[in-house]
Amino acid sequence: MTELTAPQGVDADYYRVGTPVADTKAPAGPIAEKWTKRKFDASLVNPANRRKLSVIIVGTGLAGGAAGATLGEAGYHVKSFCFQDSPRRAHSIAAQGGINAAKNYKEDGDSIYRLFYDTVKGGDYRARETNVYRLAEVSANIIDQCVAQGVPFAREYGGLLDNRSFGGVQVSRTFYARGQTGQQLLIGAYQALERQVAAGTVEMFTRHEMLELIVADGRARGIIARDLVTGEIETHLADAVVLASGGYGNVFFLSTNAMGSNVTANWRAHRKGAYFGNPCYTQIHPTCIPVSGDHQSKLTLMSESLRNDGRIWVPKRKEDCDKDPRQIPEADRDYYLERIYPAFGNLVPRDIASRQAKNMCDEGRGVGPMVGDFRRGVYLDFSDAISRLGRSAVEAKYGNLFDMYARITGENPYETPMRIYPAVHYTMGGLWVDYDLMSNIPGLFVTGEANFSDHGANRLGASALMQGLADGYFVLPNTIRDYLAKGPYPKLDENSPAVAEARQSVDQRVRTLLSINGERSVDSFHKELGHIMWEYCGMERTETGLMKAIDLIRSLRAEFWRNVRVLGSAETLNQSLEKAGRVADFLELGELMCIDALHRRESCGGHFRAESQTEDGEALRHDDQFCYVAAWEFGGNGEGGMGAPVLHKEDLTYEFIQLKQRSYK
Amino acid sequence: MKLTLKIWRQDGPRARGELVTYVVEDISPDMSFLEMLDVLNEQLNAKGEEPIAFDSDCREGICGMCGLMISGEAHGPEKTTTCQLHMRSFRDGETVTIEPWRADAFPVIRDLVVNRSAFDRIIQAGGFISVNTGSAPKAEAVLVPKPNADRAFMAAECIGCGACVAACPNAAAMLFMGAKITHLGELPQGQPERAQRVKAMVAQHDAEGFGGCTNIGECSAACPKGIPLDVISQLNHDLRKAGAGRF
Amino acid sequence: MKLLMAVTGLIFVGFVALHAYGNLMVLGGADTFNTYAHHLRTFGQPMLPYEGFLWVLRVVLLVSLALHVYSALSLWGRANGARSTRYAVKKAAASSLASRTMRYGGIALFFFIVFHLLHLTTHTIHPQGTVATPYENVVGSFELWWVTLIYVVAVLALGFHLFHGVWSAAQTLGLTSTAAARARAKLLAHLVGGLIALAFLIPPLAILVRIVK
Ligand SMILES: Cc1cc2nc3c(=O)[nH]c(=O)nc-3n(C[C@H](O)[C@H](O)[C@H](O)COP(=O)(O)OP(=O)(O)OC[C@H]3O[C@@H](n4cnc5c(N)ncnc54)[C@H](O)[C@@H]3O)c2cc1C
Ligand code: HEM
Ligand code: HEM
Ligand code: SF4
Ligand code: F3S
Ligand code: FES
Repeated sequence: MTELTAPQGVDADYYRVGTPVADTKAPAGPIAEKWTKRKFDASLVNPANRRKLSVIIVGTGLAGGAAGATLGEAGYHVKSFCFQDSPRRAHSIAAQGGINAAKNYKEDGDSIYRLFYDTVKGGDYRARETNVYRLAEVSANIIDQCVAQGVPFAREYGGLLDNRSFGGVQVSRTFYARGQTGQQLLIGAYQALERQVAAGTVEMFTRHEMLELIVADGRARGIIARDLVTGEIETHLADAVVLASGGYGNVFFLSTNAMGSNVTANWRAHRKGAYFGNPCYTQIHPTCIPVSGDHQSKLTLMSESLRNDGRIWVPKRKEDCDKDPRQIPEADRDYYLERIYPAFGNLVPRDIASRQAKNMCDEGRGVGPMVGDFRRGVYLDFSDAISRLGRSAVEAKYGNLFDMYARITGENPYETPMRIYPAVHYTMGGLWVDYDLMSNIPGLFVTGEANFSDHGANRLGASALMQGLADGYFVLPNTIRDYLAKGPYPKLDENSPAVAEARQSVDQRVRTLLSINGERSVDSFHKELGHIMWEYCGMERTETGLMKAIDLIRSLRAEFWRNVRVLGSAETLNQSLEKAGRVADFLELGELMCIDALHRRESCGGHFRAESQTEDGEALRHDDQFCYVAAWEFGGNGEGGMGAPVLHKEDLTYEFIQLKQRSYK
Repeated sequence: MKLTLKIWRQDGPRARGELVTYVVEDISPDMSFLEMLDVLNEQLNAKGEEPIAFDSDCREGICGMCGLMISGEAHGPEKTTTCQLHMRSFRDGETVTIEPWRADAFPVIRDLVVNRSAFDRIIQAGGFISVNTGSAPKAEAVLVPKPNADRAFMAAECIGCGACVAACPNAAAMLFMGAKITHLGELPQGQPERAQRVKAMVAQHDAEGFGGCTNIGECSAACPKGIPLDVISQLNHDLRKAGAGRF
Repeated sequence: MKLLMAVTGLIFVGFVALHAYGNLMVLGGADTFNTYAHHLRTFGQPMLPYEGFLWVLRVVLLVSLALHVYSALSLWGRANGARSTRYAVKKAAASSLASRTMRYGGIALFFFIVFHLLHLTTHTIHPQGTVATPYENVVGSFELWWVTLIYVVAVLALGFHLFHGVWSAAQTLGLTSTAAARARAKLLAHLVGGLIALAFLIPPLAILVRIVK
C-alpha cells in the first residue's frame, strides 16, 4: 500500500518515508474566493435531520467551546468533554495579550491581505496559504460575534473599541481586554455553550478525560473516556469526533501551559492512524518570569504587550550583571533588540526575541540570580514609559501584569526593571488536517491549537485566539456539515470489535500503571523528560544533541514502564493516575518531536538548527528541500514500544505570496 | 522554613473525613502554596501514602480551578488565588489548617477537591446573552461608554472560583451571581434579557441550596479578583425591578 | 424573602425612631409625656376611633414582626442547610461583629419586646407597683436598677442591630450600586444605629440617676 523508502544518512535509523499527502478540499480559484466557494459547495443538512446527527467535541477552550455552542445552536446533538470541573476553565482562559482581527480600525493600512501576509511571513513560510487566508478573512466576524456576546473589550472614551499592536507586525490590529483577553473570550464562548446545555442540544461531560479514539470501518466514531470522579470507563459514540484539546507544550514539564494541558487526546488519535504534523515546531515565548528554583511547577508568561512600552536590555559589560540595574548608566546598557533590529526594535517576532535573549545570557551578560552556572534573565524596563506616559497610564494598561510579577518575585516592577526569560509557550505542530480541518481519518476533525494548520513554524502574537475562535465559530461548523450530510452513519454496537478493543486497551493501560508499583513518582519522570527536551530540543537544536535526546528518551520511557509508582485505585479521583497517563504519552511524543527536529535540517521560525544559520546568526531556511509539512504516521508498536514513524510530506506551494528570507531588520 | 499542616483527608464523597497532621521541612519562601503541597505529595508518594488531592490548572490565578480554605481564610491570607499565594506570606514554624470549600452546594469529591458545577447551572439558567453565531451586528455599530465598559469589565473579572461562597457565613453565592448580572447588565447587548436573567439565576441559586445573603461582606474580602459588594446591590436592584416588571 | 426582611426592618426603624423621639418627652416632665401618651391615642380623631391610630400602628408592627421573624428564621435555616459541615478554623476578614450577631441580637430584641409590652403596654408586670399615669409608670420602673439594666442591654442590642441592619436593608433594596453609595449607606446606618440607641438610653438613665423624677 504505502511504499516506504529509507531516508539518507543517519536518518535511516529513525524514520521511513511514505507517500506524499495533499489537501484536496480547498477549491481552485482566486484565494479571496476560496472560502465562499467551499461554504457554498459543502452539502447542507436539513434542520429536522440535525438532531439525529451527533458530534463529540473533546475540549471546551476557544476552539471546542465555540464549536460546541455553534453546532448546538444549529441543532446537532453535541457531547462536549473537558477534564476540568467546568468548561470555563479550559486553558484558553490564560491568554493575556489579545486577539487579532483585520478590521482596520485605526486606518493604518490594515487589510485581510496584510493579516494574511503577516501571518504567513511570521510563520516563516511554512504554513498553508489557503488556511491562513481564510483565517484572516473571518477574523473580523469574530470580533462582532464576541462583542454581541458581551465580551468587554477595552474601549476608548468615545465608546469605540481600542486596539494595540503586537510583536512582528507594524499595524495596530489587536483587540484586547486588559491583560485578560483569553478569559473574556472564553467566558463568552462558555456562556454560549451553557446556553446550549440549558437548551438541551449540548450534553456536557466535565471531569472526563478522553483516553482512546474509536475508529470503525476507517471512520472516527467515538471515544473512550474516563470519568475522573468515579473512575468509570465510558464509551461515547457519535457520527463525528472533534478534537479541540489544545497544545502539548507541557512535554517540556516547565512551560506556560496549564498543569493539565496534555497531548493524550491527540496522541491516542495519532496511534490510531492520524498523522501528526510538524511536531517539532515549538514556540518559546520571550517574556516569561525567569525560573527561581527546582520546586517550580510551571512558568508564568507575561503578556507580550509589555514589549510595546517596555525596553529590553542587558548590561554592556559582564561585570555589571550583578549590580542594581538602576545604578547602571544609560551608556552602559545594551538595548540589543533596538540595536540589531532598528525597524522593529522590541517588537520583533517571538522566536527572534527569545533567541537573542538566550544569546545575551550565553555571552554571560544575563541578569538576575545564578541558576546553574549562569544568569538567565534580561531586563524589561518601564522607566522610560513611566516618565513619558505617567505612572497611572502605565498602571491602567499593565497594572495586573505588574501585580502578578510583584506577587511571584516579591519585587516591585514600578521601581526596578522586571527580569524576563524565554519559556515554552505554544506548539504550532499538531494533528494534520486538510482545508476542512479534517484529519486523514475520515470523521476526525481537529481544531485550535491541537491541529497543525495555520501558524507554520512560528506563531505571531494574538493569533492563536483568533485561530481557535475562527475554527470554532466559523470554519468547522461549515465544513463538518459536509461530512455529516452523508450521515447518519450506521449505528455502531457497543460490543463491536472496534469499541471493545478500544475499551480494553484503556482498561489494560490503567491496570498496568497501577500495578507497576516502582520507585519513582510520575513527576520525577516528567521533570527529567522536560529537561531532555529543553536541553536538546529547545531554543537551539543540533544533530548530535537530538540523537542523544532520542536515546535518553527511549531509556527513560523504558524505565517509566518498569519503575513508576502510581498509588491509589482506579475507582476514585486519582490525580497521580491521570498524570501518569499523560506523561506516558509525552514520553512517546518527545521522541517524535526529536525525530522531526532531526530530519528538518534547516532553521525556520521557532525551529532553530544551529547547523543552519546566516553569518549574523539568523535562521536560514532551505526552501528547495524543506518547503513542506512533515506529516508523521505512527510507526506501530515496534521495538521499545514504538516503531520508526513514517514521514508523509505535504508540499507547500506559494501561489500568492512570494517566498523570501524573513527579515525584521 | 518548616510548617505543620493539618489537612482535610476524605476518601470519597460519602466517606468520613478528618484533619491529618503533616510536617513539611525545607520550604523555600519563593514556592507557591501549591508547589509546597506538590513537595508534600512527592514525600507521601515516596512513603507509599496516597497523595493529597487538590485542584489546580493554570497556576496563574486566572482559571479559578484552585481554591483552599487556609487557616480559615478562603485562598489564604493574601488577596489572590491559592495558586498565586507564596510561602513568603507564612512564618517559619507556623501551623496551617487546610480545608476544602465548605458548602452543601459544593459537595466534597475527595480530600480538598469539591464539585462546583452548581455555578455552571446558575450560568445555564441565564448568565449569557442570546446571540447565534453569525447573526451578530458589526461590533462598531454599538458604542459603549467607557464607564459602563469599565464597570462591566470589573465584574467580568470573576473567575468562578467559589471563594465567595466558601467565605460567606451563609454559604451564599451572591457575589458570583452579582458579578455576572453586573457584567451583562452594564452592556447594551445585555438589556433585552436583563429582567428574566436575574430572576432565573436567583431561582437556580436558591434551588442549588446556597444560603441567603445577609450582607455580611466576607465574600468580597475573600474574592481574589476584588469584586466589590456593589454587584450584590446591583443584583438586588435588578431583582426588585424585575419583580415590579419594569426596567 | 430578603425584601420582606428589609422592608419590615425599615418599618421598625421608622417606628423606633418615632418612639425614641417620643420617649425623650420624658425629659420634659410629667405633663409633656402624659400629653404625648394621650395624643398618641387620640391621633387621627375624629376620623379614627380612640386609640385607632395606635391600633393601626400595632397591627402594622405585629404583622411586620411576624414577617420579619419568619424571614429571619427561614434565612437562618437556609444558611444552616447550606453549610452542614462547618470549618475547623474560620477567620472573619471583613464582617463586623454587628453583622454576624444579627440573629442573636434579633432574638434578644424579640424577648425584650415581649417583656416590654407586658411591662409598659399591658401592665401585666409591674415591678414598681400599680400607678395611674404613663409617666409615673415609666419613671417608677426605671428607678429600679434591674429594669434599667434590661432596657439598656436591649437598647444596645437594638443599636447593634440597626448598625448593620440599615445598611443591609439599603443593599438588599439595591440602592448601593457604587462604592460611594455603599459608603453613604454605611455611614447612615452607623448614624441611625448610634442616634437611636442614644435617644433610647437617655430617658432610663436620666431616671435612674434621678435627673427626672
Ligand atoms: C499563558 C498564555 C498566554 C497566551 N496568550 C495568548 C494571546 O495573548 N493571544 C493569543 O492569540 N494566544 C495566546 N495564547 C495561546 C492560546 O491561548 C492557546 O493557543 C489557545 O487558547 C488554545 O485554545 P484551544 O481551544 O485550542 O485549546 P485549550 O484552550 O487549551 O483547551 C483544551 C481543552 O481540551 C480539553 N482536553 C484536553 N485534553 C483532553 C482529554 N484528553 N480529554 C478531555 N478533554 C481534554 C481541556 O479540558 C480543555 O477544555 C496564550 C497561551 C498561554 C499559555
Ligand atoms: C423581633 C425580633 C427581631 C429578630 C429576630 C430580628 C432578626 C433579624 C435578622 C436575622 C435579620 C437579618 C440579618 C441581616 O439582614 O443582616 C434582621 C435584619 C434587620 N432587622 Fe431585625 N430582628 C428583629 C427585630 C428588629 C427590630 C425591632 C428592628 C428595628 C427596629 C429591626 C430592624 C432590622 C433591619 C433594618 C434589618 C435589615 C434588613 C435587611 O438585611 O435587609 N429588626 N433582623
Ligand atoms: C428607653 C426605652 C424605652 C421606653 C422608655 C419605652 C417606653 C414605652 C412606653 C411608655 C410604651 C407604652 C406606650 C403606650 O402604650 O402609651 C411603649 C410601647 C412600645 N414600645 Fe417602648 N420604650 C422603650 C424602648 C423600646 C424599644 C427599644 C422598642 C423596640 C425595639 C420598643 C418598642 C415598643 C413597642 C412595640 C410598644 C408598643 C406600642 C403599642 O402598640 O402600644 N420600645 N414603650
Ligand atoms: S466573585 Fe470572586 S470569589 Fe466569587 S467566584 Fe468570582 S472571583 Fe471567585
Ligand atoms: S459574605 Fe455572604 S452574606 Fe452576602 S455579602 Fe457576602 S454573600
Ligand atoms: S490554578 Fe488557575 S486560578 Fe489557581
